Amino acid sequence: MANLTPELERARVKILKVAESYGLDCFETIFELVTYDQMNQFAAYGGFPVRYPHWRFGMEYEQLSKSYEYGLSKIYEMVVNTDPCYAYLMEGNRLVDQKLVMAHVYGHCDFFKNNQWFAPTNRKMMDAMANHATRIRRYMDRYGIDVVEDFIDKVLSLENLIDRYSPYIKKKTEKERREEEAREKGISLLKVNRDYMDEYINPPEFVEYQKQKLEEESRKKAKIPAQPERDVLGFLMHFAPLKNWQQDVISIIRDEAYYFAPQGMTKIMNEGWASYWHSKIMTEHILTDSEIIDFADAHSGTMAMSPNGFNPYKVGIELFRDIEERWNKGQFGKEWNECDDIREKANWDKKLGLGREKIFEVRRNYNDVTFIDEFLTEDFCVRNKMFVYKFNKRTGRYEVDTRDFKLIKKQLLFQLTNFGQPIIQVEDANFENRGELLLTHLYEGVEMQPDYMKETLKNVQYIWARPVNLATVQDGQAKLFRYDGREMQEYNLQDQVKTPEEAAQEG
Amino acid sequence: MAIREDHNRFREIIRGRIKENFKKYVTHGEMIGKRENDFVKIPVPYIDIPRFKYGPKQSGGVGQGTGQPGDALDGEPQDGLGQAGNEPGQHQLEVDVSLEELADILGEELELPRIQPKGRPKQEVVKTRYSGLAPVGPEGLRHFKSTYRRALKRYLASGLYQPDNPVIIPIRGDYRYRSFKQVVQPQANAVVIYMMDVSGSMGEEQKEIVRLESFWINTWLKKHYKGLETRFIIHDATAKEVDEKTFFSTSESGGTLISSAYKLCQQIIESDYPVEQWNIYPFHFSDGDNWSGEDTRLCMRMIREFFLPVSNMFCYGQVESKYGSGQFLKDLEREFPNEEKLVISRIESRDKILNSIKDFLGKGK
Repeated sequence: MANLTPELERARVKILKVAESYGLDCFETIFELVTYDQMNQFAAYGGFPVRYPHWRFGMEYEQLSKSYEYGLSKIYEMVVNTDPCYAYLMEGNRLVDQKLVMAHVYGHCDFFKNNQWFAPTNRKMMDAMANHATRIRRYMDRYGIDVVEDFIDKVLSLENLIDRYSPYIKKKTEKERREEEAREKGISLLKVNRDYMDEYINPPEFVEYQKQKLEEESRKKAKIPAQPERDVLGFLMHFAPLKNWQQDVISIIRDEAYYFAPQGMTKIMNEGWASYWHSKIMTEHILTDSEIIDFADAHSGTMAMSPNGFNPYKVGIELFRDIEERWNKGQFGKEWNECDDIREKANWDKKLGLGREKIFEVRRNYNDVTFIDEFLTEDFCVRNKMFVYKFNKRTGRYEVDTRDFKLIKKQLLFQLTNFGQPIIQVEDANFENRGELLLTHLYEGVEMQPDYMKETLKNVQYIWARPVNLATVQDGQAKLFRYDGREMQEYNLQDQVKTPEEAAQEG
Repeated sequence: MAIREDHNRFREIIRGRIKENFKKYVTHGEMIGKRENDFVKIPVPYIDIPRFKYGPKQSGGVGQGTGQPGDALDGEPQDGLGQAGNEPGQHQLEVDVSLEELADILGEELELPRIQPKGRPKQEVVKTRYSGLAPVGPEGLRHFKSTYRRALKRYLASGLYQPDNPVIIPIRGDYRYRSFKQVVQPQANAVVIYMMDVSGSMGEEQKEIVRLESFWINTWLKKHYKGLETRFIIHDATAKEVDEKTFFSTSESGGTLISSAYKLCQQIIESDYPVEQWNIYPFHFSDGDNWSGEDTRLCMRMIREFFLPVSNMFCYGQVESKYGSGQFLKDLEREFPNEEKLVISRIESRDKILNSIKDFLGKGK
C-alpha cells in the first residue's frame, strides 16, 4: 500500500474487513497521505494528479488554499472513481478522522463500482487525463498558449451542454436498421402475388399516400439534426468547421464532462451511502471509547443542516436509513399505502427484515432523480424540517416559501433534473436555409440569467462560425436571440409562453 | 506540481484585468476595497466562464431548518446541490493584491522611473530575526519538529523506540524553542508630509481626489522605502497635525493662510527628521487660494530657503474647485520657473489623477 503509516495501515485493513463483511464490494483502494497543500492541488484538479494546463484550476486552487489558510474550510476526504480507486488523506489529521475518512471512502468506492449509472465511466481515467494533458500541451507548443487557452475557454463555457443520458441508450437495433434500408429503396407497397389484384390492393390513392410519406421522410432526413440533439458539444464537434486540433480539444473536454456527469447525477445517493457506512462501520466496530466524542463531533459537522442550503450528506443518509427501516418493518406496498390509521401505521412492524437487501438494491439501480422521486416521503420532509425558499422581489431577500410536501418534491426534482441546468438542444443546423444554427431552450418556467446567456451564445457562434440563434424566454416573453459575430439581436417570438403546468392542462 | 503553472497563469490573468481597468480603480476609491496591512482586496469582474444557467433569484431552492413561510433566510443560499462538483460558483472575485504588486502595475502603466534614494548616510535599523534554537523559552515559541526529533533520537539511542507503537514523549531536556538574533540592516528612510487646505472652498469631491492621489503616491513610495512614514497636516488660517482619518474627513471654513501649514511642516521636519537620514517628501494640496500676497511671499521664501534644500522634492497639487482662484499655482510658476525639485501639478478632475501622479512621481526622486 502506498505511504500509510503502520498505524493507519492497520486501521485500513480492519476497516476494509468490516466493510466487506457487510457486503460492500470495492475496487482496490489506494490511500495516499498528502499535505494540505497537495490536497488543495488535487482538489483543484478534481482529484487527479495531472490535468491539462488551464488557469481555472489555478483559480480553484487559490480559492481552496485561501479558505484553508483562513480556517474557513478544510477538505477531509477525496476519492477518485477509477480502478484501482485513489483516495487522499490529509497529513496531520487526528487518527479518528483518518479512520472516519477511510470508512467513508470505502462507501464511495463500493458505490462507484456497483451503481449502474457509473457503469459506462472510464475506470482508467487517470491515464486518459494524463493523455489529455499531453495532447493539449502539444497543441499549445504548436499553436501558442494564448490561442489554445482561448479556445479552451470557449469550449468550457459549453461544457454542460451534453446529453447526460446518452451513454445509457443502446445504439440502433438491427430491426430499425433494416427498416431504414427498406425506406431508402423506395415506396413500401403491399405485397401482391397476382398482378390483376394490384390495382385493388394498392389503389392510386394509397400509392400517392405512400409517396407523400416518403417525401416527408426524406425531408425530415435532410434536416440536420434529424431529431433535436441535446449533445450540443458533440454536435459542434462533428459539424462545425473546425481545425483538427480544435476538434480534439472539444472531444477532450466532452470526454471529461461525460466522465464527471454521473457524480453529479448521484450526489445525494453517493454521499448518503458513504455516510451511512462510515457511521455504521465506525460506531459498531472501529471506534475506541476515547474516540467517540471526536467522532460524533466530526460526523455531526458533516451532517449539519443549514437553513439556506441543502446538505446532500444529511438527506442522503437519512433517506437510506428511512428506507432500511421501512423495509425492515414492511412499511411499503399496497396495504401500507391504503392504511389510514395513524396509530396502526406508527406501530406497523411486520418484521420482514428486508431493509439491508433493499438499500443495496437501491444503490445499484437508482440515481438522485429516481431516488428522490420514489423514496422521499411526506413524513421524511416533516421530520427533516424541509422547506422551499424563493426570492421575494418585494422585500429583496430569500424567504421560506412553503412546507408543502408536493412542492418540496417538485422543487427538488427540478433542481436535480439535468443538474438544475437549462436544457438546450440543437434544433436546426441550416436555420432559414442560411447555414445558421438554431438552439432552443426547453423552457420549464425558469428563465436563464441573461448576461451569462449572451456571453455563452457568443462562444457558440465563435465555434459555429456562422450566425447562431437561441430561442428562449426572457421577461415572460418568447424571444429569439441572434448573434452573428458582431452584434446581438433580439426578436420577440409570436408563441405564447406556457409554463409546463399550463401545457399539461391543455395537452 | 503543474498547479503552480496554472496558478501563475491565473494571477497573470487577474493582473491583466486589473491593468485593463486600472484607470477605473484609480479614480474610484471604492474599487480599492478593504485594506489589510500589505494587501488590498480588489473586486475583479467576470473571471468566470459563462454558461447557460438559470438566474439564482428565479429558481429558489430547498432548505432545511425552522421558520414559517415568509421568514427570511440567514445569508445567501449556497449553490449546494445540482452543480457538478468540479466548477467554481462565484461570479465576482475578490482578489488579494499586494501593495507591492499594485505599485508595480502603477509603475508599468505610468512608466514611472525607479526612485533613487538620496545619497545620504543610510540609517541603520535593528531587526529581530527568529533564526536560532534555544533550550529555554516561552511555550508559544516551542519548536515542535526539533523537539520531537531530539526526543526520537533519545528513544533510538536508548533502545526504547518501538516501530509498531511509535509513541514518543519528549522530556524537559528535549524541548527546543525558537530564539531570535538581532540583525542590523541599513535602510533608506522616507517621510511623506501631506498638507491640505481644508478651508470652505475645498469640497467633498476635492478631498476625495486628494485621498485617492495620496493613496497611490504612498503605494509607490512604499515600494521604494520600506519604513515609509506619513504625517498629515490640515490648515485653514491656522494649521494642525492630525491623523489620517481626520485628514480626509475634516471640513472647516474660513480663510486660508498657507504659511501656517508650511511653518508646522518645518517644525516637524526639524524636530523629527534629521535631513541627513531621511528622504523627505512634502506634498501640499490646495485649491490655490491664499489670504494675502504677503503670505504668499512668505511661502515662497520658505520654499526657497527651507523646503527645497531639505526635501527630495516639494510637491504642490492644485485641485480645481469652483470657488478657488488658483492663484497660488501661478505665483509658484512665476517664482520658480526652472526649479527641478519643485513639482507642480494641476488636477482638474478625477480622470486627471493618473496624469497628476505621473507629474509627481515621473522624475524618479
